[in-house]
Amino acid sequence: MKTDTFWRHATLWPALVLFALLTILPLMKLFALSFHDVEWVNREAVWDWVGLSNYAKLPQDNLLRAGALNTLIFAVVAVALQMLLGFILALLTTRVVRGRVFYRTVFILPILVPGIIIGAIWKLMYSYDFGVLNSILMALGLAPQDWLGSPDLALLSVIIVDVWHWTPFCFLLLLAGLESLPDDIFEAAKIDGATRWQELRHITLPLMLPTIAVTFVFRMILAFKVFDEIYLLTGGGPGTSTEVISFTIYRRFFTEDQTGYGAAMSIAVIAVIAAGIIAATRATAGKGAKA
Amino acid sequence: MTHASDTHQPLATPQRRFALTDGQVAVIRHLILMSFALVVLFPFFWIVSAAFKTQIDLLMGRILFEPNLDGFTKVIFDKTSDFLRNFGNSMVIGAISTFLVLVIATLAAFSLYRLQWPGWVLHSLLGWSVIFHMVPPITLAGAWYSMFRSVGLDNTYSGIILAHTTLHLPMALWMMGVFVRDVPKELVEAAQIDGAKVPHILWHVVLPIVRPGLAATGILTFIFSWNEFPVVLVLSQRQTATVPLGIGKYAQENTIAFTEMAAASTLSILPAFLLLLFAQRFIVRGLTSGAVK
Repeated sequence: MKTDTFWRHATLWPALVLFALLTILPLMKLFALSFHDVEWVNREAVWDWVGLSNYAKLPQDNLLRAGALNTLIFAVVAVALQMLLGFILALLTTRVVRGRVFYRTVFILPILVPGIIIGAIWKLMYSYDFGVLNSILMALGLAPQDWLGSPDLALLSVIIVDVWHWTPFCFLLLLAGLESLPDDIFEAAKIDGATRWQELRHITLPLMLPTIAVTFVFRMILAFKVFDEIYLLTGGGPGTSTEVISFTIYRRFFTEDQTGYGAAMSIAVIAVIAAGIIAATRATAGKGAKA
Repeated sequence: MTHASDTHQPLATPQRRFALTDGQVAVIRHLILMSFALVVLFPFFWIVSAAFKTQIDLLMGRILFEPNLDGFTKVIFDKTSDFLRNFGNSMVIGAISTFLVLVIATLAAFSLYRLQWPGWVLHSLLGWSVIFHMVPPITLAGAWYSMFRSVGLDNTYSGIILAHTTLHLPMALWMMGVFVRDVPKELVEAAQIDGAKVPHILWHVVLPIVRPGLAATGILTFIFSWNEFPVVLVLSQRQTATVPLGIGKYAQENTIAFTEMAAASTLSILPAFLLLLFAQRFIVRGLTSGAVK
């Protein structure tokens, strides 16, 4: 099969070239940039070597600190709520046969809609003066809330949007997992007189662990990348109360034109993520779990 | 006979005070699902109804209103509106980048899983693609911007298409990998022994088997390209702006034109909605192969 060497390479090279040119090369460029300050003189970029000083600035950057903290809070709280709600709903509604296609259509819809439009929809509903949420609150005799304008409430409001956005998908994945569990184990448990709680604790949860883990990881990745919804809802404000990491990079790099410093920040974020992935792979590889 | 187990028996037996019939359980399940579905649908209903309101109806928070098409006419026909151009740009960028992603990912997946590459090639390529997929796109967008600028690709369709192709390649590689592994190794080997060349094998052996996989991957890639925001925010300006950028513009203005924002949003949900109605099995297949396997 020697003749196939040419085709073996020809089929793989397009992907390799694309990755090399648009991921490796930019990464190297970012790396180089991160040791420089870049100034624009007559539309020409002038690079000044500054050594590690861009990296040294990172720990003192209050915006970055707020962004990292908010991203963490956002991801952990939103994903935890989605998983919990999705799992409870899945437990309550297994084996519903009628109307499956309708429900599935409804629950897939949110994740196919642009994040920016999710933002637009909720911006309309959260509006202080004419948003439907405040209309409901006032109809119930409660005080209207400044959902997106109040520093105490804004992050929670953004989390609510994300929970609305992603709970249906978590529900679908977890439901599919539940329904693929073998029936005979549950019948055996029933015969042995297990209570509902024992059944959940000792049978359902352990068997569901792989599905739960996959859903969790999948959601965490996306939650850490969050940008679109928040861009439209609050733009990171008020103050830094909904600032997330992607925003901080965007601001430093583009809005403020601190190219070298923005590059250092990008490299730091990529390094943290890569380290996290490698650590997670090592940990699961130790347990013999293979994707 | 052990007496210990006898004494345990009554405790372990679940005591159901409210015994529900199967029919009642089914009704309760449907009620739960229905309320969940209503919560999910309500915001969509709200934005679509807002699109038919006048700005005054909207600002007064009126629930009852006379449907009005002003928002749509302004968005589509007004000379200052970029919506149709944004829509066209999104279509072109989505279609071409999806085509490229499908070709590159299918070839690479076939190569990796069926053409005897050493393990380290497979693992380093997939490993790198996973890492790249997890990194926020905004981190690389800056480098893309300055690279594209130095070769004259900034604010061009080609630049954005290249960026979107790269961005969605990891997911497509993963999904097509799942589908290509459905192609029996023996079939490929038999064809090779018969002297068939790789292009022939790809076309006559692999393609017929992975066709549903291509549809699933293609539909999702197109939708994700359609939805993508941070990278186009960095790379494109007015001429190459896509739908999400256009919507973002509405919200940035000092006095937000809510009716137009709602009308534009409604129109931009349509492609995904139609695909969901008419190609749902592919979407479901793609989502489950990507997430669960």
